[in-house]
Amino acid sequence: MTIMADVEAGSALIGSDGDASFTGHLRRYGDLLHLSGDDVVEQAADSGLTGHGGAGFPLWRKLNAVREARGCPIVVANGAEGEPASAKDRWLLARRPHLVVDGLQLAARAVGAREAILYVNARTSLPLLENLLHERPRERARVELVVAPHAFIAGEESAVANALSGGAAVPRSKPPSVIERGVRNRPTLVSNVETLALLALICRRGAGWFRDVGTADQPGTMLFTVRGAVGRPGIVEAAHGAAVNDVLGLAGGATRALRAVLIGGYHGTWLTAAEAASARLSRSDLAVFGATPGAGVVVALADGICGLAEMSRVVSYLARESAGQCGPCLNGLPRLATLVRELATGIADRQTLPELQRICELVAGRGACHHPDGSVRFVRSGLRVFAEEIARHLQGRCSRTTDQIVLPT
Amino acid sequence: MSQHLRIDWTACDGRGLCAELLPELIRRDDWGFPVFSDAPVPVDLLDHARRAVDVCPTLALRLASPSHLTRTMQRTPDGAG
Repeated sequence: MTIMADVEAGSALIGSDGDASFTGHLRRYGDLLHLSGDDVVEQAADSGLTGHGGAGFPLWRKLNAVREARGCPIVVANGAEGEPASAKDRWLLARRPHLVVDGLQLAARAVGAREAILYVNARTSLPLLENLLHERPRERARVELVVAPHAFIAGEESAVANALSGGAAVPRSKPPSVIERGVRNRPTLVSNVETLALLALICRRGAGWFRDVGTADQPGTMLFTVRGAVGRPGIVEAAHGAAVNDVLGLAGGATRALRAVLIGGYHGTWLTAAEAASARLSRSDLAVFGATPGAGVVVALADGICGLAEMSRVVSYLARESAGQCGPCLNGLPRLATLVRELATGIADRQTLPELQRICELVAGRGACHHPDGSVRFVRSGLRVFAEEIARHLQGRCSRTTDQIVLPT
Repeated sequence: MSQHLRIDWTACDGRGLCAELLPELIRRDDWGFPVFSDAPVPVDLLDHARRAVDVCPTLALRLASPSHLTRTMQRTPDGAG
């Protein structure tokens, strides 16, 4: 398995930084070939490129669906990155912005769009992006820069479409899909900024280059935001299917004995340290744990940190971030947050765990978006991985040796 | 073709009329919102199901057949593609 990080050779997105200007970008990556829309879809299909926003859907199928939908299409580069634990989209927009815009223009060409939107996290440098858009020659699609509201679900596809249609950044019920009726009811492609940057590389270097690394069903590399007890927390790049240990290694390796690793972020899955030690980061490799690499968040939780306290803060955060539109989420997530807080603070009793499981059952799958499902995945996996700590708490003890806070909210 | 209960969760207020008219298939959760399975509605209950759909005050409840398109789109990324 090829692992790539700060090494120039073979690295797709991470590598030594050069001149950030458009000419510097062209010097680094070369001219963008004048591919037809059909060529772009073909490259996307041959490369097997899947979405990097978390869902892992094949890009070419989305491109084709938007092409086939009736109406005047629009394309959106999604850099909302509402997940507090993730920073890879902001890294990309700061360090490889022209590659993202290249990918956006290619996607516009593929679906026949004349309008494109660069939808970014509020903590992105806007003057830098504005300058960069001015710097580029006249291209097929006019690109508008829009700042996403600061909310966990702001990057959900239908929330993006709502926000860009003048509404609130909240999800809506599907169908109709965003592909059929998205921004201002037009056929819309919403694609993560990393997916688009990779498309720009694939269209330069070919599908075969992309397939050289990764797994058969998920070729190529992926950016990871690595946090917690590692030597150099930050952004690293590795092939799909890379070992969790190798990804931690790229971030300086574990600095202490680990208790657990969170994979995929706050809609993600906790693994025990032992499970993580042999796990690999691809959808097929992680399926056995009911996990996915998500948007590439990997958090190493050291011994001495109370996993229940970490969970409690995050579940409370997820409850606050409910859009409040769907009853089971609006009511169920605060209830989950209360129960997890009871476990964490040691006031739980024998009824708390069965009640938590019952509420998880009641919340999962009952909403317009995956916020309830993802939150339940986070809670259920935590209950399993921190079972010993729960038993300790029920006896009025806790293994915490530090007040350090690991998961940002 | 088989018919399934579908709900627009953003529209449902949990008034509970559906559960009253179709207790065979719909119960209410802790907060009054409908709970039902994804299984096809049995043919002998279709009339009752249609009535439940008709009286929903927020037009949240529907009966739908799982067309290929709908299934494809439901699997489309909800995260951020």
